[in-house]
Amino acid sequence: MHMLTGIRAIVQKDLAAEFRTRELLSSMLVFAVLTIIVFVFAFDPTKAVIRQVFPGMVWVCFIFAAVLGLNRSFVSEKTNDCITGLILCPVDRSVIYFGKLTANFIYVTIVEIVTLPLFAVLFNYKIPLQAVPALVLVIFLGTLGFTAVGTFLAALSSNARSSEVLLPVILFPVTVPVVLGAVQATAAILSGALTAEWVSWVKILGAFDAVFLVVPFVLFEYVLDM
Amino acid sequence: MIRAVGLTKTIGRKEILRGIDIDIPSGQFVTVFGPNGAGKSTLLKTLALISRPTKGEIFIDSMDTRKNTDSLRQKIGVISHNTFLYENLTARENLEFYGRMYRVKDLKNRIFDVVSQVGLDFSINDPVRTFSRGMQQRLAIARAILHDPAVLYLDEPYTGLDPHAIQILNDVLSQLNLQKRTVFLITHNFEEGIMMSDRVLFVVRGKIVYDGGRDALEKNDLRSLYLDKVKGAA
Repeated sequence: MHMLTGIRAIVQKDLAAEFRTRELLSSMLVFAVLTIIVFVFAFDPTKAVIRQVFPGMVWVCFIFAAVLGLNRSFVSEKTNDCITGLILCPVDRSVIYFGKLTANFIYVTIVEIVTLPLFAVLFNYKIPLQAVPALVLVIFLGTLGFTAVGTFLAALSSNARSSEVLLPVILFPVTVPVVLGAVQATAAILSGALTAEWVSWVKILGAFDAVFLVVPFVLFEYVLDM
Repeated sequence: MIRAVGLTKTIGRKEILRGIDIDIPSGQFVTVFGPNGAGKSTLLKTLALISRPTKGEIFIDSMDTRKNTDSLRQKIGVISHNTFLYENLTARENLEFYGRMYRVKDLKNRIFDVVSQVGLDFSINDPVRTFSRGMQQRLAIARAILHDPAVLYLDEPYTGLDPHAIQILNDVLSQLNLQKRTVFLITHNFEEGIMMSDRVLFVVRGKIVYDGGRDALEKNDLRSLYLDKVKGAA
């Protein structure tokens, strides 16, 4: 019970600080929108090839924007050594991890809610209504997997001198299964493929999420002790 | 209250703490002096369960800190030259956050109490980033005592404080002293450090080179004794 109270306290603290300054969300949103604009100029939205590259473009945009947020999530705790204040709290270390993960997940989800419709409009891409529930599930699992790994590695890299460079370097190789699963499942859903085709990718995403929700639970204490 | 046996902390190849043994009874006010880089802050971080020792054991209230870490953290408060405060949150939001993390009962009234104690009643709804250094340090004192800890660790708390903030900190410390709380203070300031102290430790190169009662020492003796011990151990 206290675990949930602790997680909620961290999430509310992070969101209150963010919504007061809007430093993180505004930079993530501006970056995501700029990425879409670059894609609009790079690919002709009227061409049929768009249907093939659309899922990849969407996830590239989500992931790059997410990295901006992840980079800041523990670096911001270093101001006034707030991370030590968190470490001192009488809660399991996993509470800190899940609190930060939830806050990161919310930021990335907000960016996705704004950018996905923008993608559809600018590329004149009609997302079939019947595909929306499955798409929401894939986006949820993909975002969860990416932010789960990202939050863990952001904590790990936050003590390094060039943490903002280090995080993407160590994050992208580890998240290959998530990105691959999310892109393939999204492509299958949008192309109207049979359920069985995208369900296998969803299973991979689910398995990856499960692993990366359990591993930090065990290892986060050691990460904070470094 | 606090007992450490064979405490060793190695960072990289450097041995910061070298087999420290210490026993601090409940209610004792211990002041630690030592040159820069002697391992004082590392000792505090290890005893306050912020970082784990490489070797050795720590017991708080006879409980092994390796097994009861989370519950033992409830007994610990830390004041450092860093405030652990979120600058974009107000003073009240900061205290509410820490109060929830420490499961403080009757949090609203407790916040009112500690904020009054440090004289920040009128700034409680202001963002911490608008506070002066002294005000931030006063709020950090309020944060550290919010959950009524049995042990208070202070790492050079007088750094950058104005006389008013020093007075408030000393008032809080003397109140804790009266309540027989255990205090572990690291400072370079002989005058402030010895004022309420029951026991004085000198740490040099990761070892305790002097451990003595306050009664036998006068301020001037302390200074010359410190210089002797530091020279002797260096």
